[in-house]
Amino acid sequence: MPEPTQLSLLQPGQRATIMHIGGAIALRRRFIEMGIVIGETILVERHAPMGDPMEYFIKGYHLALRKEEAAHIQVKLHGDING
Amino acid sequence: MTEKKIVLPTEHCETCPAFTQLEQMGIKVGDFERVIALAGNPNTGKSTLFNTLTGLKQHTGNWPGKTVTRAEGGFEFNKIRYKLVDLPGTYSLLSASQDEEVARDFILFGQPSCTIVVTDATALERNLNLVLQVMEITENVVVAINLMDEAKRKGIEVDARSLSRDLGVPAIAITARSGEGIHTLLGAVADVIEGKIITKPLRVSGTPEFQKAVNELVPMIEKMAPGIPNARWLAIRLLDGDARVQKALSTGELGDIVSRQQREDVKFSGKMSVEGRQ
Repeated sequence: MPEPTQLSLLQPGQRATIMHIGGAIALRRRFIEMGIVIGETILVERHAPMGDPMEYFIKGYHLALRKEEAAHIQVKLHGDING
Repeated sequence: MTEKKIVLPTEHCETCPAFTQLEQMGIKVGDFERVIALAGNPNTGKSTLFNTLTGLKQHTGNWPGKTVTRAEGGFEFNKIRYKLVDLPGTYSLLSASQDEEVARDFILFGQPSCTIVVTDATALERNLNLVLQVMEITENVVVAINLMDEAKRKGIEVDARSLSRDLGVPAIAITARSGEGIHTLLGAVADVIEGKIITKPLRVSGTPEFQKAVNELVPMIEKMAPGIPNARWLAIRLLDGDARVQKALSTGELGDIVSRQQREDVKFSGKMSVEGRQ
């Protein structure tokens, strides 16, 4: 099993499953409202020219998150043999 | 599902015997019998639907927070006059922002006859969060599944019938831009208001401990603000630690709003009757 990693550390094209959502209550709630829920698959689409924010694809739509926010989301990367 | 094509009044329409139902009334609301609230996520076409129904040209565009406060307009459907209130687009009603506060205060205290939740057919799942939240506050809800043209282009099929059954409220597929499905939508709204359709909104019941806590709080809230339209919802908000609801209850603000509501019926409190359009 790969260790969960921060969503903010993923590269474009990588796909991962959401394992844990951290941060302050208001931020966690906001994540959930935007469809970031445990068990959901998220794809890293691309990043802005300066690397921040990142654009993700989840639940059929595109979502931009600051790296600072995405760092609160723990994910398990797909594609590993044991993943 | 067969949808009626666009029927918007033009000069020809008025002389056409087939034209009956929808008359756009713009801002000349005047006397109205019913108030309809339009809620929905940002960028789902709420303002487009608002314009289609009222004939107004409320600015529509692709950015969040465009509808800063609510916009109002009127229309007549099957000889009944409606006032339509376009609420700011929000993902939630849990008051993280002023937009959400405006939207939820209106649904909660403005007591519209019916609330239409406009959803995006291409991202329906995310939109259902708001639908569930609105259905916690009020039973008179109709879901408009908008942007059906875009969904078709993307090869997305939406089973409105199953969605209606699962949610316990009518869910109608529409394309606000072309007017498709609008009459079916308004028919459903009228039926809900007239009680021809009895809704049974899906509500998350939670654990027995949660239900017990809600049941204990409801009578206390009703005592603090007699006549409050939805004590259950407020109880849930209190359990969630909602500072805004706590404050409104403890300062008597909620009680004041309710009594003012009762006195003035459909008139809204000063804060909420700020009219505006961008």
